[in-house]
Amino acid sequence: MMSFTFETVVLIGALGLAVIGALGMVISNHLFRMLLALAIAESGANLLIVLTGFRAGGVAPILGAGDPAASMVDPIPQVLVLTAIVIGVGVQALAVALLIKVYQAYGTLDVRELRDRMDADVAAAAGVEADASQDAPAGGRPLSPAPSRGTAGFGRRSPAPADGLRP
Amino acid sequence: MRNLASLLFAGGLAFLLLAIASQLAFGTPSMRVGAEILAVAPDEVGAANLVTAVLLGYRGIDTLGELAILFAAATAAGVVLGRRHANARRDPPGGEVLRTGADLLFPLLLVVGLYVIAHGHLTPGGGFQGGVILAAAFFVIILAQPTRHLRHSLISWIEGLAGAAFILIGLWALVEDGDFLAPLLGQGAMGELLSAGTLPLLSLAIGLKVGAELAGIMAHIAEAEAPDA
Amino acid sequence: MITWVALVVVVLMLASAVAVLLLRSFVAAVAASSVVGLGLTVLFVLMRAPDVAMTEAAVGAGLSGVILALALRRLGLWHIEAAAEDRDRA
Repeated sequence: MMSFTFETVVLIGALGLAVIGALGMVISNHLFRMLLALAIAESGANLLIVLTGFRAGGVAPILGAGDPAASMVDPIPQVLVLTAIVIGVGVQALAVALLIKVYQAYGTLDVRELRDRMDADVAAAAGVEADASQDAPAGGRPLSPAPSRGTAGFGRRSPAPADGLRP
Repeated sequence: MRNLASLLFAGGLAFLLLAIASQLAFGTPSMRVGAEILAVAPDEVGAANLVTAVLLGYRGIDTLGELAILFAAATAAGVVLGRRHANARRDPPGGEVLRTGADLLFPLLLVVGLYVIAHGHLTPGGGFQGGVILAAAFFVIILAQPTRHLRHSLISWIEGLAGAAFILIGLWALVEDGDFLAPLLGQGAMGELLSAGTLPLLSLAIGLKVGAELAGIMAHIAEAEAPDA
Repeated sequence: MITWVALVVVVLMLASAVAVLLLRSFVAAVAASSVVGLGLTVLFVLMRAPDVAMTEAAVGAGLSGVILALALRRLGLWHIEAAAEDRDRA
């Protein structure tokens, strides 16, 4: 079982950030908030990686006057996170640039509205009605649906058979 | 319904992460390469800051790849945002206090950034941190006076030359020593400003490149056309 | 002692991470995400990673917030009034 130590507290923080970020990316309906959630999840991952190199009682990996190297924390995870943070801000800036372009093109960043407008655009390019359902292809069905036999359909509503099974 | 599914997803994710993390043994190193590097790096590289020694000495190609990713991101942001129209609306300039403060802050930030870059092999700091501070120095000016132009051609030149310098130093080491980006020029006395061979030069190249790229990205975003609202 | 400091910082960090998702004003959400970066900086210092802490302080708490705030202006989301609404609701 986990005890109340420094590592445990930081571990809870790192996992919490990662989970909150992932949850935010799933439930939010706004692209900008998704970007913020992505940054939070990234922070959680960075914290977890640095935590793997931490050792209680260790010193920072900088050689001073007679610090023995054996008592230092592991420098490798720190280097990895150092590059990850800078790459993260580059990715964030690229995402912001894309968001600005999306906003200029569609005038909204709400995912649901964006989906509707993009559907309308695609439908207009294809020359079909915008609000046509996917189940009803443009131009009508080439054949009428085959008569179904009784209640064999999997959850699909079929016309009731006419031979008087129904009371 | 969708929110319930999301909450279930988050709960499951948290449970899985906790289950994995409870297996980790904190306090004992998960890999031996860290201890090995700690033992040999002071003699092999001669940098007091072992993080910089790993970043530029042992993982130099990794850092080069990271610079390439940042370069790709900066280029892509510039391509996506494109060139602004000549008559597009600009933000109004800041007030007198803001502009004077920005002008006063600019040289101080430059000095701090260059100090952090130059002492990266001795104290915490280095090319990435100093580069970000350099970019912030230019950005304070742009924020205070949006009408002032940042010359993108100059930024591109600095970026390209710094990147080429990093690769050239690596190739030089390849010719001299047989290993790409191997430390050259002798180690010097540890703790001196001019020590640790080529590490300060590499650090300077990274600092200029990161600073120029981030300043370029932010200038592109700042120059993007504002909505009419 | 260091455990309690870490506990306070972690609680602050998680609370502002939740605030990023819940606040209706985007200006406030960006500010809350900067608070997350700041808490992360403190934790990195406590974990003896001064290089990472410097980078996180410059990037996470400074540069990233500036980029996002600038993007808010370009996206037409810079509404201080919504922030006032949040305050009234709370």
